[in-house]
Amino acid sequence: MNFRTLALPVIAATAFAVSTGGQAFAQAKEQFMPINAYWTGPYAAGGSAFGGGMIDYFKMLNERDGGINGVKLTWEKCETGYKTDRIVECYERLKKNGPTGMTLFHPMSTGGTYAVFERAEKDQIPVITLGYGNTAGSDGRVFPYLFPALTNYWSQNTAKIRFIGSQEGGMDKLKGKKIANVHHDSAYGKETIPILEAQAEKYGFEVKHYPVVHPGLDQKAIWLQIGRQYKPDWIILRGWGVMNPTALKEAARVNFPRDKMVGVWWSGAEEDTVPAGPAAEGYIAAGFHASGTEFPVIQDIIKHVYDKGNGELPRERLGSIYYNRAVVWGMVSAEAVRQAQDMVGKRPVTGAEVQKALETLDMNAQRIEGLGATGLMPTFKLTCADHEGGAAVKFQQWKGGKWVQISDWIETDQSMVRPMVEAAAAKYAKEKNITPRSCS
Amino acid sequence: MIYREAGQFKTSYAADEAIFPIIQDRWFVAAILAIGFIAVPILGNDYWLGSVFIPFLIFSLAAIGLNILVGYTGLISLGTAGFMAVGAFAAYKIATAFPWMNFLVVLILAGIVAALVGLVFGLPSLRIKGFYLAVTTLAAHFFIEWVFTHFGWFTNYSFTGVISSPPIEMLGFVVDTPESRYIMTLSIVVVLALVAKNLVRSELGRAWMAIRDMDVAAEVIGIPMLKTKLLAFAVSSFYCGIAGALWAFVYLGTVEPQAFDINRAFEVLFMVIIGGLGSILGSFLGAGFIVLMPIAITNGAAVFGAAVPADVLSNLELIIFGALIIFFLIVEPFGLARLWQVAKEKLRNWPFPY
Repeated sequence: MNFRTLALPVIAATAFAVSTGGQAFAQAKEQFMPINAYWTGPYAAGGSAFGGGMIDYFKMLNERDGGINGVKLTWEKCETGYKTDRIVECYERLKKNGPTGMTLFHPMSTGGTYAVFERAEKDQIPVITLGYGNTAGSDGRVFPYLFPALTNYWSQNTAKIRFIGSQEGGMDKLKGKKIANVHHDSAYGKETIPILEAQAEKYGFEVKHYPVVHPGLDQKAIWLQIGRQYKPDWIILRGWGVMNPTALKEAARVNFPRDKMVGVWWSGAEEDTVPAGPAAEGYIAAGFHASGTEFPVIQDIIKHVYDKGNGELPRERLGSIYYNRAVVWGMVSAEAVRQAQDMVGKRPVTGAEVQKALETLDMNAQRIEGLGATGLMPTFKLTCADHEGGAAVKFQQWKGGKWVQISDWIETDQSMVRPMVEAAAAKYAKEKNITPRSCS
Repeated sequence: MIYREAGQFKTSYAADEAIFPIIQDRWFVAAILAIGFIAVPILGNDYWLGSVFIPFLIFSLAAIGLNILVGYTGLISLGTAGFMAVGAFAAYKIATAFPWMNFLVVLILAGIVAALVGLVFGLPSLRIKGFYLAVTTLAAHFFIEWVFTHFGWFTNYSFTGVISSPPIEMLGFVVDTPESRYIMTLSIVVVLALVAKNLVRSELGRAWMAIRDMDVAAEVIGIPMLKTKLLAFAVSSFYCGIAGALWAFVYLGTVEPQAFDINRAFEVLFMVIIGGLGSILGSFLGAGFIVLMPIAITNGAAVFGAAVPADVLSNLELIIFGALIIFFLIVEPFGLARLWQVAKEKLRNWPFPY
């Protein structure tokens, strides 16, 4: 084979690609949003909805309102494959884009959050992790640019125990009950162990942890132990990806009642229950938002984006759990920009301005209604010290092929979570020699 | 014409033993180093330094480490990612236990810890070889990964197992800008590459190659198997360990076992195969190919703007990447280093090949 004739165009194309890539396209009156998600790899089912849903919301804003106060939203997609090193690469590639640089950053992965939040603080770009991320980041005094807003993992967990308590008929009835925590054996999965232990002590129930090795296709041994030996009253399923349907099927095999299984919100989407088939019937999962297309904001997306043939995803995915989650992420991002514009003027805003805006962001019922999202997301309010906002959690049950709301918004137990968050943040500050900033 | 050694006479043994015996090669290497140390930090921006050159350099180091084992000694290993993880966690433990310690000392200690671990997992290589050895090193990988996920001591009892790496300090100077991180990585890689190059030209390197070519014959001529094979594992793991520590501290900024999954081991193995087995230069070329190609493809498609959707693009990246690997292996099964050598030989006759 003639190497030269084949190789030269390849080398030339590569050189061209390398030399022209990564340029900033500076234009006025535009607000740049990075969309780094995963359209490939084992977690693409979630990732494609996350990226597509956020873009759909931004497209709708551009179409319906002409952007935010006349400032058009622009974005660029970046494929991460849910790999930490690619997330870092995407972050570095996109951070200078747009007239004011990257506005904010959604890492869309717990590992990625840990990898970027320190550089983001240096670059003054807020990192928003709605419903995941570094729990200690809720302490804004130590982590000024990290926003694990709405509800962090620990708060979610306290709401879940409260939900279980309400099903048992009161928190005092939890005494002597047995709860099995079936978790993904990763940073994400292990994060709730300390808060569960603390609650077990407080309410007098017993908790046992069952780690499942990634990716979680083989869980037979664990479920035999749970079903035949331990026989818990409740199971908390803290899975991700393919681990969830497998767990549901195994639970059906050992005949553990699915309506005594409560999943976290990374285990509670259609992608988790549909593959499990009838085994998923009755399964309960937490959520920080609702599913369905009946909300005005989703209807607007259909009207302004999908009816014109500009949608990012197949229509049937609209209203699914992951899609609506992405719309919530899009709304919080856009509202942060709007808040920043209210503070500094109707122009493209910088990351530092968005950070200040986020610390005063008050998503009250009125504001959520204005967005057309009443019932879709809970209210929350961020402050300088509290980057979480203490939003409430809703529980839903898989019935007849769709998620049905079975609880009201259940408040989290901040009296337990906050001291633990502050202790974790203080430990980090000590390790890194950081003096927490004053928030008064 | 320009690349010809005519008239260059070697008058001493030292000249004959030089790494680059031809003067043009010396100039070329000097020019590359000058570009690396001076031009790149001046011209490159944060993205280029932080996300392109630093990963490239770190992977080059890991590839050199694996090349010593696979390319020079002929022992196939899939434990690279595991040894990188050992280096990263060792560096983390040492850096948090002794915060005053110079980062370079931390790195070397982390490399030594990785070398010791490599020594232990190298023991089976005395009895088994080929694919069977690959399987035992694979087991080593999973064992190491399991240890780091399950024993809180390694992560200082962080409840998530993901820890952000401590700041890099040496002699009172904090390395935090992309420029300083790049220069530090480049210096470490250049020094270690030089050491590796001399190592493989030494008696030990020749013993490794003798084992690679035929271990029975090597034993017959008096090469001690135990010592030589274990040293290959130790040196290889030392390099991988330092690469892992740099990956965690300099590039990612976090230390987590997931950053060193089995794909990482395959990636480094591909670098060695594509770059050229048994070649230090090949390690750099292979790392360049594997690290830069996906980035070049994504950035290249970005030139065409929104015409290429991200989902198509990300699959396209895998397709082009796979096709290029096949292409290179068909055209030159001995790797990019061999291509380079062929090019040099052609250049010697140019422009009058007859």
